[in-house]
Amino acid sequence: MESNFDFSQIDEILDRRGRTPQATIAILQDIQELYNYLPHEVFPYIAKALGIGDAKLYGVATFYKNFSLEPKGKCIIHCCDGTACHVRGSMPVLSAVRKELGLKDGQATTDDGRFTVETVACLGACGLAPVLTVDGEVHPNMTPEKVASLVADLKEKID
Amino acid sequence: MEKLKNREDLSNLRRKCIESAAAQKTKVMVCGGTGCVASGSMQVYEQMQQTMKNHGLDVEVELVEDHCGSNPVGLNLSGCIGICELGPLVRIEPQGWLYFKVKPGDCEEIVERSVIAGEPVERLAYSENGKVFLKQEDVPFYKKQKRVVLEHCGHASALSIKGYIALGGYSSLEKALFDMTGDEIIDEISKSKLRGRGGGGFPAGRKWKQVSQQAETERYVVCNGDEGDPGAFMDQSVMEGDPHRLLEGMAIAGIAVGAKVGYIYVRAEYPLAVKRLQNAIRQANELGLLGSNILGSGVDFEIRINRGAGAFVCGEGSALTASIEGKRGMPRVKPPRTTEKGLFGKPTVLNNVETFANVPSIVEKGSDWFCSIGTEKSPGTKAFALTGDICHTGLIEVPMGTTLREVIFDIGGGMRDGAEFKAVQIGGPSGGCLDSDDLDAPLDFDSLSERGAIIGSGGLVVMSQKTCMVEVARFFMSFTQRESCGKCVPCREGTKRMLEILERIVHGDGREGDIERLEDLADTVSHTSLCGLGKTAPSPVSSTIAKFRDEYEAHIRDHRCPAGACTDLMNYVIDPNLCKGCSKCSRICPANAISGKLKKPYTIDTSLCIRCGACMDACNFGAIRREA
Repeated sequence: MESNFDFSQIDEILDRRGRTPQATIAILQDIQELYNYLPHEVFPYIAKALGIGDAKLYGVATFYKNFSLEPKGKCIIHCCDGTACHVRGSMPVLSAVRKELGLKDGQATTDDGRFTVETVACLGACGLAPVLTVDGEVHPNMTPEKVASLVADLKEKID
Repeated sequence: MEKLKNREDLSNLRRKCIESAAAQKTKVMVCGGTGCVASGSMQVYEQMQQTMKNHGLDVEVELVEDHCGSNPVGLNLSGCIGICELGPLVRIEPQGWLYFKVKPGDCEEIVERSVIAGEPVERLAYSENGKVFLKQEDVPFYKKQKRVVLEHCGHASALSIKGYIALGGYSSLEKALFDMTGDEIIDEISKSKLRGRGGGGFPAGRKWKQVSQQAETERYVVCNGDEGDPGAFMDQSVMEGDPHRLLEGMAIAGIAVGAKVGYIYVRAEYPLAVKRLQNAIRQANELGLLGSNILGSGVDFEIRINRGAGAFVCGEGSALTASIEGKRGMPRVKPPRTTEKGLFGKPTVLNNVETFANVPSIVEKGSDWFCSIGTEKSPGTKAFALTGDICHTGLIEVPMGTTLREVIFDIGGGMRDGAEFKAVQIGGPSGGCLDSDDLDAPLDFDSLSERGAIIGSGGLVVMSQKTCMVEVARFFMSFTQRESCGKCVPCREGTKRMLEILERIVHGDGREGDIERLEDLADTVSHTSLCGLGKTAPSPVSSTIAKFRDEYEAHIRDHRCPAGACTDLMNYVIDPNLCKGCSKCSRICPANAISGKLKKPYTIDTSLCIRCGACMDACNFGAIRREA
């Protein structure tokens, strides 16, 4: 199958990490960082480079929840639902985020592809619970009210 | 930095570092832990640096030999000082003053008064009932703590190897390299009775000995930094705040068992820890404290970092090593144990971050010193992440055997907003709940396991009477069910069935016999699962049933949540004294459950109510409330 996919950046990653099965996870992490997800074109290419089967590589990519086979939004919001955040009300915060972004049940990325909302088990900022992160930046002591203004700011910023 | 070729070079460097540190009349430490960074400590750090420059002070962010001025002031980004809730925190040395909730706007006053004039800024200090506590060690939060693993956090730069060396860092590595044999190191660790801080409490010395006795000579040291328990962040604080301590501990383990390579497996959610560890490894390599022929001893040891990719099960030893090998992180049947066939099928020492971080102090001060702290069977200290409905959340370290009461009420400052204590969840999704009967129980490995809980990695989540214990059990079960890798049937299917039962109970559809079904499943899953994840997954359920069976019964039989937390079991009621009879709620109710006459109090028919809460949100008079 012919494709126009540009593998030059993938080659750079493979050179940097080494073409060994041991480097599989690090390679996938770098690719995910580059594209925000794992494009399907890369699988046969990497499998060949590492000398492992496509299925094995696909098995690794689907095992770990940080890897996504679907494109993610430009802006990624992680709502922490670790124990400390949970007992201090992380669920109302998550609902507020989803409501403000108009996400339907089971939907993670907004229709316009701008935002992806995910929960994570613990970000280690338990002293400031409940927290969420926007592209890795931690927002402490969240409330549904704060979410409304945060999301409004983000929408403006991303435009 | 020039490579250190031998012991003398290190001694010389240490002397210079101590002199450089002593030349700094004042040191300002800005907390650089994840919590404080989230509260804006980086902005405080930058502003502090600018303000100091504006005042013509010679700011030193690293220890230097040749001071550019006569009055150098140290400015450091330190490890987690602990009381995260009141961050960003700033500490002034040598006085030991601790300032809370510092904003960039406070820097001017801190520099003018504390750094230049040498007087405290009282308004930023901690106060309780009108009493001001200037010094960190006087603040009640710190009074009962004993910091061994976290001793440098807040006292040294998290970014500087020189700062670590100035405080005696890497002297234990030196001792291990030149003054001790591998067996002597292992003996010392065995005598210290250091037990694994990751949860199991297995004696570290025994583990090391097993590895050293293997016929295979290619061996590995692996550090488990996959601190996956939600609500725990002790290991994160060590990796971020005192990374060199971890590297030193691992290197000593490497020397003891004859390994040449060590791996640190860090959770994906800890990017700052990865950054700080990378920085520390680079510094140690540059100085020749890691790498080949360390200090001319002929010993090689290098350390690599592997980032996790979001799988809780990778905290399990064999899953973790599989993940480092680039595979799906699934546990395997044991034996062979990791000590026999671990990473790449070779004998492997696998300990967690806090365990390794204890090693340098034990080698330096000896096992007798270590055994003088804590209890007889669980010596030393333990770091806990203290969170939940408590006044002061944060990172603490106490001697093993400290009681829960001391931790919650003396250190944590008691319950938040006058709430009543109900239970504490300890050990995360593998742990159990302790209630008010256990407040005077000593926190150590053995007395907790007697009570159906575990120290685990050390997450302590304090809960008030408003927390529903069935919902807590459901929360943990949903976590373990999601994280079950699916390899073995009892864990994959058992956790799913248990979660289904718990979900129907909190939704008010519990059936007679559900508690017994849960107990039965818990028994099967815990006895027949392949790895620790499955074996301990039922613990939160078993322990909440044991302590709060009446809550389960109330949900199932009376369709009532005694804590008033499960929304499906709540009834919405209108307070006739507050209701103005405006009819807004009855118009908004999607189920037509609210009726009444205008200007008279309205009422809700609970049999029609779908508990959506729309009426409560709509009421302008706060007349609608939820009742258990």
